[in-house]
Amino acid sequence: MTETIRWTAAETASAIADGKVTAVEVAQAHLDRIEAVDAKVHAYLHVDADGALAAARAVDDARARGDRLGPLAGVPLALKDVFTTKGVPTTCGSRMLEGWRPPYDATVTRRLKDAGVVILGKTNMDEFAMGSSTENSAYGPTGNPWDTTKVPGGSGGGSAAAIASFQAPLAIGTDTGGSIRQPAALTGTVGVKPTYGGVSRYGLVAFSSSLDQGGPCARTVLDAALLHEAIAGHDPLDSTSIDAPVPNVVEAARSGSVRGLRVGVVKEFAGEGYQAGVLARFAEAVELLRELGAEIVEISCPNFTYAMPAYYLIAPSEASSNLARFDAMRYGLRVGDDGEHSAEEVMSLTREAGFGAEVKRRIMLGTYALSSGYYDAYYGQAQKVRTLITRDFEAAFGQVDVLVSPTTPTTAFPIGERADDPMAMYLADLCTIPSNLAGNAAMSLPCGLADEDGLPVGLQIIAPAMADDRLYRVGAAVEAGYLARWGAPLLDRAPAL
Amino acid sequence: MPGITREEVAHLARLSRLELGAEELDHLAAQLDDIIGAVARVAEVAADDIPPTSHPLPLTNVMRPDVVRPGLTPEEALSGAPAAEEQRFRVPRILGEE
Repeated sequence: MTETIRWTAAETASAIADGKVTAVEVAQAHLDRIEAVDAKVHAYLHVDADGALAAARAVDDARARGDRLGPLAGVPLALKDVFTTKGVPTTCGSRMLEGWRPPYDATVTRRLKDAGVVILGKTNMDEFAMGSSTENSAYGPTGNPWDTTKVPGGSGGGSAAAIASFQAPLAIGTDTGGSIRQPAALTGTVGVKPTYGGVSRYGLVAFSSSLDQGGPCARTVLDAALLHEAIAGHDPLDSTSIDAPVPNVVEAARSGSVRGLRVGVVKEFAGEGYQAGVLARFAEAVELLRELGAEIVEISCPNFTYAMPAYYLIAPSEASSNLARFDAMRYGLRVGDDGEHSAEEVMSLTREAGFGAEVKRRIMLGTYALSSGYYDAYYGQAQKVRTLITRDFEAAFGQVDVLVSPTTPTTAFPIGERADDPMAMYLADLCTIPSNLAGNAAMSLPCGLADEDGLPVGLQIIAPAMADDRLYRVGAAVEAGYLARWGAPLLDRAPAL
Repeated sequence: MPGITREEVAHLARLSRLELGAEELDHLAAQLDDIIGAVARVAEVAADDIPPTSHPLPLTNVMRPDVVRPGLTPEEALSGAPAAEEQRFRVPRILGEE
């Protein structure tokens, strides 16, 4: 059964549909893998073995009845702990929600279940998705499967690490400033931030509502496309969900090509702060695109350098408002309810005890940016920068079909290195943030290992809003190019756990 | 360059309903000062004639017919509450002593 865990999602689904293996056997193989290695990685916060095996049995029963199975039926998946799961703990990596079992499923959760996907458990994450390393989880950090002393990125470090350590072939993440793409880059996996509004946010515990976007994590571009298709599409329960057909991402992933495509290299994503090994692998990726038939054009997006300051005003502002719901009254933690303290005091005591340092930092920053006298200077100005960044993208996509850049300025850094230096930590999302501010689609896929440390480097592809299929067309071509060059997937070079 | 004082941080903590300790206040004041100094750069480029963008999508209100439909049962709605009584959330006292 060892090889089962190394199958892609597409291979797994096909093997189940053909009766070569049962869904229960596949689920059990992954549960065994989790049992064997997760103590080293800590990708999962909660493993739902009973639920997973029951879901797998349902798929096997459906097959036995001769029912038509969906393209991902029986494939195991790890779900970021920010999505509600009925009756299954959902903590958002926070003490504030420790032990909470939601009474309803998120739309993403519901669609996964309807597709016959087997949810293995909930993955570790930075508390309320705030962070770039998964060190801000109240339940302890996740290790990078390439080197467990290094971070796997964040906030979806658990999801990316589960994929990279073969504890699941698929995972779901959320990307507010890069939380799917940055962990994908740091773990040598594929991560996609769909167009904002492309995947429902209903049941996704909100961090920054105008930026949050759920999306797929996988080991191959095709697997990501299959998962994208399963979760995307209009949802009447989410007023920000786009009511338009989902681009055909699966077909794009199956017919990958860049011949004749104009690819823009973003000039601003290089220079000081970028690791030499990252820039070297990125230069090779651009060369590969050229060899595959793309036309390379240098593009300047001058306002991208202001994206990070704008993000660290907008996201905390929205977070300070969204996290006001954690008031110790209706769900979650309650501290100081001893008859001596008023409701207001209980709220303050609870929030002090329940939130970690990064969450408090951002709530305070957001409260400051929104406060009277500072609103125009900070929040208002940041919203104008958002306009400028959107205009930069519009101008760029007038000249090229997609943009490319390194996904992150550096490879995975040691756990603890940036823990008490927020500004250094915030730099990890330098290249990913502009797409969140503008709402367009972006992907990260592996483009090799840095010479200095032997750790994965990510290539970011950015497409206009609603052109998610373009990411998959380019990503699949690049992936095939690398596979021909390397002879095997990059993850085959990861050390055994 | 803006500066943020310890007193301002204490005020923000009250507004944010966070009961911060003295040490935490000192630590946060220094960090917030650094961060606010860095993010103040947004003022460099955002001129008066640039309209703000608050959301990547044009938002419209979504309505549905005003008809009764199944929702959570009272037991489900109260299932995560720290305290409940007679099918209601039980909360600490709201009024002060005086």
